[in-house]
Amino acid sequence: MLFTYLKRIIRTGFVNFWRNGFLSLAALIVLTLSLTAFGALIFGSAFGRTLVEEVKSKVDINVYFSLSAEESAILDLKKIIEQLPEVDGVEYISRDQALASFRNKWKDNTLILQGLDEIGDNPFPAVLNIMAKEPSQYAGIAGFLDGKDSLSKSGTAIIDKVNYNQNKLVIERLGRIIPAVQKGGLILAVILVIVAVIIIFNTIRLIIYNSKDEISVMKLVGASNSYIRGPFVMSGIMYGLISGILTLAVLAIFAFYSDLAILKFAGVQGTQDFSLIVNVFSSYFRQNFGEIFAIILGSGVILGAISSYLAVRRYLNV
Amino acid sequence: MIYFDKVTRVYPDESIALDEVSFTVEPKEFVTIVGHSGAGKTTLMKMLIAEDRPTHGSIFFESKNVHKLRRKEMNKLRRRIGTVFQDFRLIRDKTAYENIAFAMEASGKSDKEIASDVPYVLDLVDLGDKMWNFPHQLSGGEKQRVAIARAIVNQPDIIIADEPTGNLDPINIMEIVKIIHKINELGTTILLTTHNKEVVDMIGGRVLTMEKGKVIRDDKNGKYIL
Repeated sequence: MLFTYLKRIIRTGFVNFWRNGFLSLAALIVLTLSLTAFGALIFGSAFGRTLVEEVKSKVDINVYFSLSAEESAILDLKKIIEQLPEVDGVEYISRDQALASFRNKWKDNTLILQGLDEIGDNPFPAVLNIMAKEPSQYAGIAGFLDGKDSLSKSGTAIIDKVNYNQNKLVIERLGRIIPAVQKGGLILAVILVIVAVIIIFNTIRLIIYNSKDEISVMKLVGASNSYIRGPFVMSGIMYGLISGILTLAVLAIFAFYSDLAILKFAGVQGTQDFSLIVNVFSSYFRQNFGEIFAIILGSGVILGAISSYLAVRRYLNV
Repeated sequence: MIYFDKVTRVYPDESIALDEVSFTVEPKEFVTIVGHSGAGKTTLMKMLIAEDRPTHGSIFFESKNVHKLRRKEMNKLRRRIGTVFQDFRLIRDKTAYENIAFAMEASGKSDKEIASDVPYVLDLVDLGDKMWNFPHQLSGGEKQRVAIARAIVNQPDIIIADEPTGNLDPINIMEIVKIIHKINELGTTILLTTHNKEVVDMIGGRVLTMEKGKVIRDDKNGKYIL
C-alpha cells in the first residue's frame, strides 16, 4: 500500500512538472539564478580566503642578528619564540644560507659577485622570519622581542635589528582591514542567501497558487493532505535537482573559463606573478567539487521541497 | 441519513445565508432544493461537505456531527459523498480518466480497480472515447458528465449536485438529469439544487423551496412554486 502510495505521488509529481511547461521552465530559471548566487558566494569566499591568506603570508617580522651572534644562541631564541601562542611559524636562515641565496640570485651578474668576493668575509647576518597567526599579533611579538635581551656567550646583544617598526603601519592596517573585509563578506553572504531563499519560495508559491482551485477539489473528493501535498513536494524537489545541476554546469564553465579570461584581460600567457588569481577558481572547483555539489544540489532540493510543503499548506484548510 | 438541525450561517458582513434551517433526508431519497440566487442553496450544500461551517446549529450524517469530525474522518466522509458542481470543478491538468482515477486513488483503490472502473464509468456517461481529453478539450456537457462519473466512481452513499445543469444547453440538461435520475434509481441518495423549473418537473419527487436563507416549503410531490 505504502509502495503504491509513494509510486503515485512520484509519478504525479513528474507528470505535473512536465505538464506545467512554461511555469516549470520559469521556476527552473529563477532557481538556477538563485543557486548561482549561492555558487558566487562560495567562489567569492574562496577567492577572498586565498587573497587574505596570500597577503597574510607576505607579512612577517624579520629579526636580524649581529654578525658575531653564535648559531646556538639564535636557535635557543628561535625555540623560545616558537613557544609563543601567537606565533604560527619561525624560519631560520643562517649566514651561509643567506650568502648562498644571494649568490644564486645574482649568479648571472659577475660585477656584483666580484664585489662580494672583494669583501672577503660573509657580510650577511643570520635572520629569523617570524609568522604570526593573525596580523594583529605582530605588535605583541615585536614587543616581546624588544624586551628580550638575548646575549651571546661573550655578553654582547645578539639582535641587531627587528624590522617590525618599518612595516608597522602596513601590518596594523592589514590587521584592521582583513577582519572588516571578512565581516562585510559574511553580512553580504547572509543578505544574498536570504534574498535567494525569498525568491525561490515566492516562485514556488506562485506556481502552487495557480493550482489552489485544484487543491480544493482534491480535498473535496476526500484526498488526504499528504496525498495532495506529496506531488507538489516531488515537483519542488525536481525543480531543485534540475536547477542544481544547471547551476553546477554554470559554475564549472565559470571556474574553468574565468582563469583564461583573466589571463587574456591581463594580456599575458601565464606567469607565476599571476598565480595568486589564476587557477583559484578552477583548482578550488576541482578540489572541493564534492562539497560544492552537496551545497548547491542540497540547497536546491531542500529549498524546493520546503517551499512547496509550506506553499501547499495554506490551501489545505478546506 | 442526513439531518440539518437549526442551521444558521451569518457571514462577517452580517448577511444571513441560512436561517435556522432544519430538515432530514432519508436513504435513497431524491431531494431537489429550489430557490432564487442567494436563497442559500449552495451554502447548504457546502455545509454538508464541510466546505463551510454553520454559525449555529449542527449537521448530522448518519448520526455523526459533520463539523466535529477529525480531519481523517472528514476525508473518509467526503469519499462517501459524490459532488457535482455548476462549474464542474475538474482538475485542469488531468485528463478525464485521471480526474476520475484521482478520486479512486484518494480512496485507496488499487491500480487494478482503477484500470477497470474508470473506463466503465466513462462508458456509463458516454465518454469512453474521450477519456484522454483534458477538460479544456471537452464541452460543458461533457465536463459535467466527467464530474458525474467522478462522483459515482466510488459508489458513494449520497451525491450532492449544486446546480449541475446551470451552465448547460437544454439537450445537455436533459442528458444530465437522466443520468442523475438513473443513479438514484440504482439506490444512491441525491441532493440537488436548481432554479430551473424544467429540471424539477423532469425529476419529480421531493422539493424543498428556499427563500432568504429559510426553507419555506417542503413538498413531497415535486412542485416548483416560487
